[in-house]
Amino acid sequence: MPGNDAYQHDVLVIGGGGAGLRAAIAAAEESGRLSIAVLSKVYPMRSHTVSAEGGTAAVMRENDSLDMHAKDTIFGSDFLADQDVVEAFVKEAPGEVIQLEHWGCPWSRDPDGRVSVRPFGGMTVNRTLYAADKTGFHMLHALFQTSLKYDKIVRYDEWFATSLLVEDGRVCGVVALNVHDGTVRAITAKAVIICTGGAGRIFSFTTNAAIKTGDGMALAYRAGAPLKDMEFMQYHPTGLPGTGILITEASRGEGGHLKNKDGYRYLQDYGLGPPTDKPVHRKMELGPRDILSRCHIQEHQKGRTFEGPYGHYVHLDLRHLGEKLIDKNLPFVRELVKDYVGIDPVYEPIPVRPVIHYTMGGISTDIDAKTRLEGLYAAGEAACVSMNGANRLGSNSLTELLVFGARAGRAAARHALERPAVSSNPVAHLVSDERKRLDTRFLRADGRERIADIRDEMRKAMEDGCGIYREKATMAQTCDTLRRLRERFGRIGLMDRDAVFNTELIAALELECMLDVAAAVAHSALAREESRGAHTRTDFPKRDDARFLKHSLAYRTPDGPRVEYLPVTITRWPPEERKY
Amino acid sequence: MTVPQSARPGLYYPKMPLGWWLRRPNYIRFMIREVTSVFIAIFLVVLLIEVHMVAQGPEAYAAVVAKLRSPGWIVFNVVALAFALYHTVTWFKLTGVVQVVHLGERRVPPGLVVAGAFVAWGVVSLFILYWLLVRS
Amino acid sequence: MREETITLEVTRYRPGHDSEPRTESFAVPYQKDWVVLDALNHIKDQLDGTLTYRWSCRMGVCGSCGMMVNGVPKLTCSAFLRDYYPGPIRVEPLANFPVIRDLVVSLDDFMEKLRRVKPWLIRAVEKPVSEGEYRQTPAQLEDYKQFSMCINCMLCYAACPVYGLAPAFVGPAAIALAYRYNMDSRDEGYKLREPILSESVGVWECTFVGECSVVCPKGVDPAAAIQRSKVAGAKDWAMAMLMPWGGRR
Repeated sequence: MPGNDAYQHDVLVIGGGGAGLRAAIAAAEESGRLSIAVLSKVYPMRSHTVSAEGGTAAVMRENDSLDMHAKDTIFGSDFLADQDVVEAFVKEAPGEVIQLEHWGCPWSRDPDGRVSVRPFGGMTVNRTLYAADKTGFHMLHALFQTSLKYDKIVRYDEWFATSLLVEDGRVCGVVALNVHDGTVRAITAKAVIICTGGAGRIFSFTTNAAIKTGDGMALAYRAGAPLKDMEFMQYHPTGLPGTGILITEASRGEGGHLKNKDGYRYLQDYGLGPPTDKPVHRKMELGPRDILSRCHIQEHQKGRTFEGPYGHYVHLDLRHLGEKLIDKNLPFVRELVKDYVGIDPVYEPIPVRPVIHYTMGGISTDIDAKTRLEGLYAAGEAACVSMNGANRLGSNSLTELLVFGARAGRAAARHALERPAVSSNPVAHLVSDERKRLDTRFLRADGRERIADIRDEMRKAMEDGCGIYREKATMAQTCDTLRRLRERFGRIGLMDRDAVFNTELIAALELECMLDVAAAVAHSALAREESRGAHTRTDFPKRDDARFLKHSLAYRTPDGPRVEYLPVTITRWPPEERKY
Repeated sequence: MTVPQSARPGLYYPKMPLGWWLRRPNYIRFMIREVTSVFIAIFLVVLLIEVHMVAQGPEAYAAVVAKLRSPGWIVFNVVALAFALYHTVTWFKLTGVVQVVHLGERRVPPGLVVAGAFVAWGVVSLFILYWLLVRS
Repeated sequence: MREETITLEVTRYRPGHDSEPRTESFAVPYQKDWVVLDALNHIKDQLDGTLTYRWSCRMGVCGSCGMMVNGVPKLTCSAFLRDYYPGPIRVEPLANFPVIRDLVVSLDDFMEKLRRVKPWLIRAVEKPVSEGEYRQTPAQLEDYKQFSMCINCMLCYAACPVYGLAPAFVGPAAIALAYRYNMDSRDEGYKLREPILSESVGVWECTFVGECSVVCPKGVDPAAAIQRSKVAGAKDWAMAMLMPWGGRR
């Protein structure tokens, strides 16, 4: 068994997905003197980055420019992105995707050997690199396998961080549960980076994996860091009904058509036309995700969608692309649709509907991934560095986790180099406190409330109040429901009292995180009385720059979230009407 | 480097049951392949003895040949031939997997590689047969 | 009308309490579009919160939910109940691995082996990022692409009797990944990986049962990677023996 100093590091990364691994490698490259740890509740290659399909955006070609990428991103964000952040992002993006190429990522290639780029929603030119339609999978495995060559990176696989260690306002590690044996330990570090991904699982119908329960957001939120822009939850327009499995936007980038039950390409009725045979950037099926999702709902209200056992849906038609192209660039789509729908997209259109996909909000950070707590950093979907604003463009998130993962790793490493070691004495009682909490709240509690009931009711409340279209009364009701669920959570009872691999305890801890994050989402949404990007209110249908050209910041208080605001950074692109 | 998960005395180590190879067709085929090698080995030993006896003179060789004409040995040889053929077939089928053949930029389909191996085998066998028959 | 059900016979093992695994049966609603994982989730949520297993993406790409289903290694997120109707369905932990609890097995051994085969791009001299990407034609990509599809789900190890009998065997997935990098036109690490693949627990331990490739849910064909590594290794050995200047590569 390792001695006590085995649990002391310079930089501790929570989460082993794309952002976490990129951060760990960046920290390792910054200085060979640092001890770096990656702690994750799953083995890193299980992280949800693995499910990303379509691609990763960066300016790679002569017909493109950094300004064009920046403008598309800012326009897509409905002007809620911080423009200095976006400028840094587009500038560093090409280097990051090339770095990943040097680390072995099998990008799809042009005949001349250069990496290929494909069109994506809301982008003006082809700038999305891809590895067929398993881009996230290949990126994650390339990062994970590359991380194995660094001896300085220590991994805590299948450990669950239950709280941040904060001393005099300075974050100095975490208390974590070793899932394998049920022990609780302090793992100290001079800098902590949270890269735990989004919180799509607070909704019932989502593309997100089971593990995406907003744990890291809740950790920071409870320690006093605000969550920024949480009201912006992205719906992806094309998920499979029932399972919510993602059908990548690349299927539309390659030329797929969205059709209503009459076989009509309905997007032309919503200002996205004219319809063309070949895909045209930013038009029709290549419009941004928030707009396409709203079009679906309106089409449904007109009675022009199909009705199935899992509700309304439309058709994503790939048949005209032909088997050869589908097999070359969309093989995973074909595999998924065959397995889970039982049809072959080469011969039949795919049933699709909008599905919760991405958490634009997250732990508020500055341009260097620094949060408002000293020693705490965040990157990837868990963070909100404000490059996605009110609506993220497809294929920007994989690049985001590279650029800001690396920035977080470097910033945390530099911070750790300047700081003295954390003293381990004061943390001992924090560990025993946490042990006590887990025992009394969960393992030895005899409440009657069940995890599944509270979880399902929370998800239903989120679907009801914080869906594609929102309005005051239902959102207030959702906030209320969440408050009551929080109380009921206090009376929870577990069947599993064992120490070894207690997944029911993990589920309870995840639910606790989700309840915190869900409340931040609902309250931030209720407070924003305008429509912007993914946040669409029927009672406030217009964007209101006078009142709301600003970020929301949700702080945790005993009485529920307190919402404050922060100005948006505008550099070169003054807000204008967002029209495609 | 991974943090060694602290001592876990509770791990259960499963044992392979004796009859594991009966569970899947591939396992059975694999075991047949393993068992057949015994026959092939015996056949080769006998062949070596024959060669040795040739060196000892015509009488010694004739005596061995006479022994091998017994029904038992004939049955053995038929079985060994069948097994040798089984081995040959599985071996050649493997070529499609093992041998990646490129013609210019394009990869030759594995099926064609296997077919090529079988054709080559047939041609060589026919040639040997022809040579033996014409000579004797 | 009574709801139709299907029975799952699930292996339970509670460390510290059970000396060896036992089987427990659960009747779950029979839904045509449910996968075995949905049935397990139903059991955990509604019947027995202590049932222990791993899962995450439920779309066949994270590699968490591999188990033995009726004796065959499967991703339970893509094993449909309808294919086992009318049941019962036997669900066991992946074969050949130490069991931590119920359906959860220890991956420590694989994680160590994966690192040993150096599954990262090795270059004599790294090209600076500022000089752009390494060129690689679609045909060169095709040479290794298939072997880069491994999701580390461990089904191949559960199907490999050699691994069951000789756990030191490096095994299908790790060798396939080593081969993936060896075949990558950008890689120059063959000589560093070769000694690991050629040692006694490396490729030569494989007796070509071929079941690893049969159960692979992603069409990786680790058996092919192993046999091709054998051919490459044998060629190197022969060159080293026959040529005065040793094998080249």
